[in-house]
Amino acid sequence: MSEPFLIGDTMSGGYGSGPDILHDCTIAVNEGEIAVIVGPNGAGKSTAMKAVFGMLDVRQGAVRLNGEDITKLTPQARVAKGMAFVPQTSNIFTTMTVEENLEMGAFLRRDDIQKTIEQVFDLFPILREKRGQAAGELSGGQRQQVAVGRALMTQPKVLMLDEPTAGVSPIVMDELFDRIIEVARTGISILMVEQNARQALEIADKGYVLVQGRNRFTDTGQALLNDPEVRKSFLGG
Amino acid sequence: MKMRDVILFAIVAGLIIGTGFFQSWNSALLIVNMGLISAIMALGVNIQWGYAGLFNVGVMGFVALGGLAAVLVSTPPTGEAWAAGGLRVILGLILGAATMVGAILMWSRMKPGRARGFAMFGVLALGFFIFRYVFDAGVAAIEAVDPAATGYLGGLNLPIMISWPVGGLLAAGAAWIIGKTALGLRSDYLAIATLGIAEIIIITLKNEDWLARGVKNVVGLDRPFVVPKEIDLQNSPSFVESAAGFGMDATMASTLYVKGMYALLFTVVLLILLWLAQTAWNSPWGRMLRAIRDNEVAAEAMGKDVTRRHLQVFILGSAVCGMAGAMMTTLDGQLTPGTYQPLRYTFLIWVMVIVGGSGNNFGAVLGGFLIWFLWVQVEPMGLFLMNVITAGMADGSALKEHLLDSAAHMRLLTMGLVLLLVLRFSPRGLIPER
Amino acid sequence: MDFLNAIVALANFVLIPGIAYGAQLALGALGVTLIYGILRFSNFAHGDTMAIGTMFVILITWWFQSLGISFGPLPTALLALPFGIVLTGLVLLSTDKVVYSFYRKTRVKPVVLVMVSLGVMFIMNGLTRFIIGPGDQRFADGERFIISARDFKAMTGLKEGLAIKSTQGITVITAIIVVAVLFWFLNKTRTGKSMRAFSDNEDLALLSGINPERVVMYTWLIVAALATIAGTLYGLDKSFKPFTYFQLLLPIFAAAIVGGLGNPLGAIAGGFLIAFSEVTVTYAWKKVANYALPESIAPDGLAQLLSTDYKLAVSFVILIIVLLFKPTGLFKGQSV
Repeated sequence: MSEPFLIGDTMSGGYGSGPDILHDCTIAVNEGEIAVIVGPNGAGKSTAMKAVFGMLDVRQGAVRLNGEDITKLTPQARVAKGMAFVPQTSNIFTTMTVEENLEMGAFLRRDDIQKTIEQVFDLFPILREKRGQAAGELSGGQRQQVAVGRALMTQPKVLMLDEPTAGVSPIVMDELFDRIIEVARTGISILMVEQNARQALEIADKGYVLVQGRNRFTDTGQALLNDPEVRKSFLGG
Repeated sequence: MKMRDVILFAIVAGLIIGTGFFQSWNSALLIVNMGLISAIMALGVNIQWGYAGLFNVGVMGFVALGGLAAVLVSTPPTGEAWAAGGLRVILGLILGAATMVGAILMWSRMKPGRARGFAMFGVLALGFFIFRYVFDAGVAAIEAVDPAATGYLGGLNLPIMISWPVGGLLAAGAAWIIGKTALGLRSDYLAIATLGIAEIIIITLKNEDWLARGVKNVVGLDRPFVVPKEIDLQNSPSFVESAAGFGMDATMASTLYVKGMYALLFTVVLLILLWLAQTAWNSPWGRMLRAIRDNEVAAEAMGKDVTRRHLQVFILGSAVCGMAGAMMTTLDGQLTPGTYQPLRYTFLIWVMVIVGGSGNNFGAVLGGFLIWFLWVQVEPMGLFLMNVITAGMADGSALKEHLLDSAAHMRLLTMGLVLLLVLRFSPRGLIPER
Repeated sequence: MDFLNAIVALANFVLIPGIAYGAQLALGALGVTLIYGILRFSNFAHGDTMAIGTMFVILITWWFQSLGISFGPLPTALLALPFGIVLTGLVLLSTDKVVYSFYRKTRVKPVVLVMVSLGVMFIMNGLTRFIIGPGDQRFADGERFIISARDFKAMTGLKEGLAIKSTQGITVITAIIVVAVLFWFLNKTRTGKSMRAFSDNEDLALLSGINPERVVMYTWLIVAALATIAGTLYGLDKSFKPFTYFQLLLPIFAAAIVGGLGNPLGAIAGGFLIAFSEVTVTYAWKKVANYALPESIAPDGLAQLLSTDYKLAVSFVILIIVLLFKPTGLFKGQSV
């Protein structure tokens, strides 16, 4: 099998000079697919994603994007390479309007961004209505849409989401997952950390179950959902 | 103290002794005396910054309050002025204070709402006019009493050394007001509030002639009872004789003796304060303060009342500065509000603390002496430098005049530079916190 | 008639000076608030930045005057202003490079940056005094008045005169232009928006590919322009003296905090609030009261609430009240 589009290959590392949090952890996603990282609290899910995005020291292993080694690049440089990241909190510019949030997402682009803005509005129609409103005044679910929309503005090849459904209602969560599938259909790879493991695995092409910074199970989403051991330990039966 | 610290103190002592040998012993003793006072001020700032990370940019104000205490405690009361308007002024002040207290009480008793705002404004406005009505006439009457010599209420005619703790109390009171409002907010706000109060204290001292003669200055303050007057020494045969025994003339010997006595007194105060500060540093209270300083959030989560601790330490540090201010005015023998500048009385003290080593009392003391020495010596050095630079220029040329005049501003530049360099390259200072 | 006289006196001594002073404070507070929003510290060197900028303008003005260049009825200083801004910008950029950039990289606590700015303040203060001296400098030339009191009296036949100094008119017009340009820049241009984004959420701005060093550079350049313009207008209107500019720090900070640190609109409102409070409290109301009130209840004294010496106390009291009751400022500022 050829190498995945984005791969964090047997990564070990931690924050600053602190101890290793990840141990030979491998995370990968193919073009246009959805990969989901699940696991108990403190398993290093977010850390693994941040490692892929260059926000902590990867001391061993490598991160490759489309075959190119990007282990040493800063997060900003990775944005330029076509990666986009949506943090879990503080992921919008609260004092700026929805439209300005999107413009800032496209800051690095010099071409016409109007078409991309329209695409985002098509994806999240409510944002078109609220385009002139300060993003900080929106509801939780709408804020998440702004956050994802902002990340999409760079026209990324990979979209990374850190618990996009944290703190939103189940209905909004389903809606968000639908949108994420839609994004993936346009050919964008999605790497996502999720607390709601069952729902996330249902839409996942690939699932990673991490425990204490190590890969515990890796399989397709469906296979993991059907695995009795995974069900017992991580999905609550 | 480690060997290194001892060596550092020895070097500073050497610099001052060197001044004695190469310039004059009089200058050396002057440096020692002001160095002692500076060390106490630095100790006060270190208590605030080093212990608790509080940024007080109003040292000048607290020092000036100390100076005011020296006047209010030691000068004789002006009977005529008291008769003319003393009671009126006191009554005015009481009314003013009552207005403030009344407004505060009302604010805390009444329900929030528009009515409360208007009521408070009404009380304040009414109180203000009554205050001015009572107060102004009294002030005018007092200031009319022999303005060339007195024109102020005078003091309590008590020994001047009593003013040292009183100065501390005055400063503590001002610190309490500032701390109550600005602590618990972002650290910058304390800085701005202290900067403001210091300027306002100075403006008040300059303008309220009835209090301490304003810019007309109060001169000829008493001395502590252990310090004699030079003229008395020169008239005492036994003193002249023993001076001759050291091979000195009586005038020289008497000035040295007086300065030496001051130095002794100040050393005693410094040692007591240093001992207290060290004890506090090593006490559970001191450890708690450092814990708060290093991680406010964690300390708060453990149930420590951060703002209250900050208020305590802010008041204590300001009190020490006020005490030093009273001592300085005692040493000068006069209160001259016009000479209080932020550079000299706030910023210089900060440089002392940072250079000496914030978070270390011995560092603050060392910084006090070292930076005072530099402060005194930089100006002649600047002048010397300017003389060298301008030596080739024609006499009377505008540029030469300008450069020579500007030598005085070298101090601002040098001190700013020293602070930036230390913050950048040796932020822990000469004797770092341990 | 007396009522008209009262209004004219009020306009002459309170409204017009208040508006001019308010505009000057607002421009100063805008600089403080921008630095706070983007570099995240209270810049104590701002008063002296204004001083050093004004000094450049004065020196260039003198040079122009010696060359015989003038700006007709307008002060020559306006011609010198752009050059002064460029020089101040260079000073601030090099200060940032030599001093502040290190602390940005090491991510120190904000209070350390405040302390560093204090060091910068004294160096700037020293340089200003070193170059131009500590004394008073007047550099206003051109027409002194738009309307002089005498012309006004002749025109209207009123007993009270209304004088509008040209420096007051220039202050207000310049301030309006500067503020309009600044808000257009912040709200409409890509760079301006990136500055707002950076001020709003630094980490997300980085993730969006906004270059922090560029944002910081633009901030210093804008601050240089604001400070130089504010300082020059104040100097033209009153006079230039380094120590006065240091003391302006308090009303400027009060204005920025009253409006909510980090909020440009608040800084403007704060500037006018502080200026009008100061002028109203220190103005001797005798004249206005004598016109407006019947003789029987008109005041005997000056009817001045506080002597002008205490004008700093006004900003201070307002500052304290705001800190006590609404520490984020009247408009929402960034932090407590």
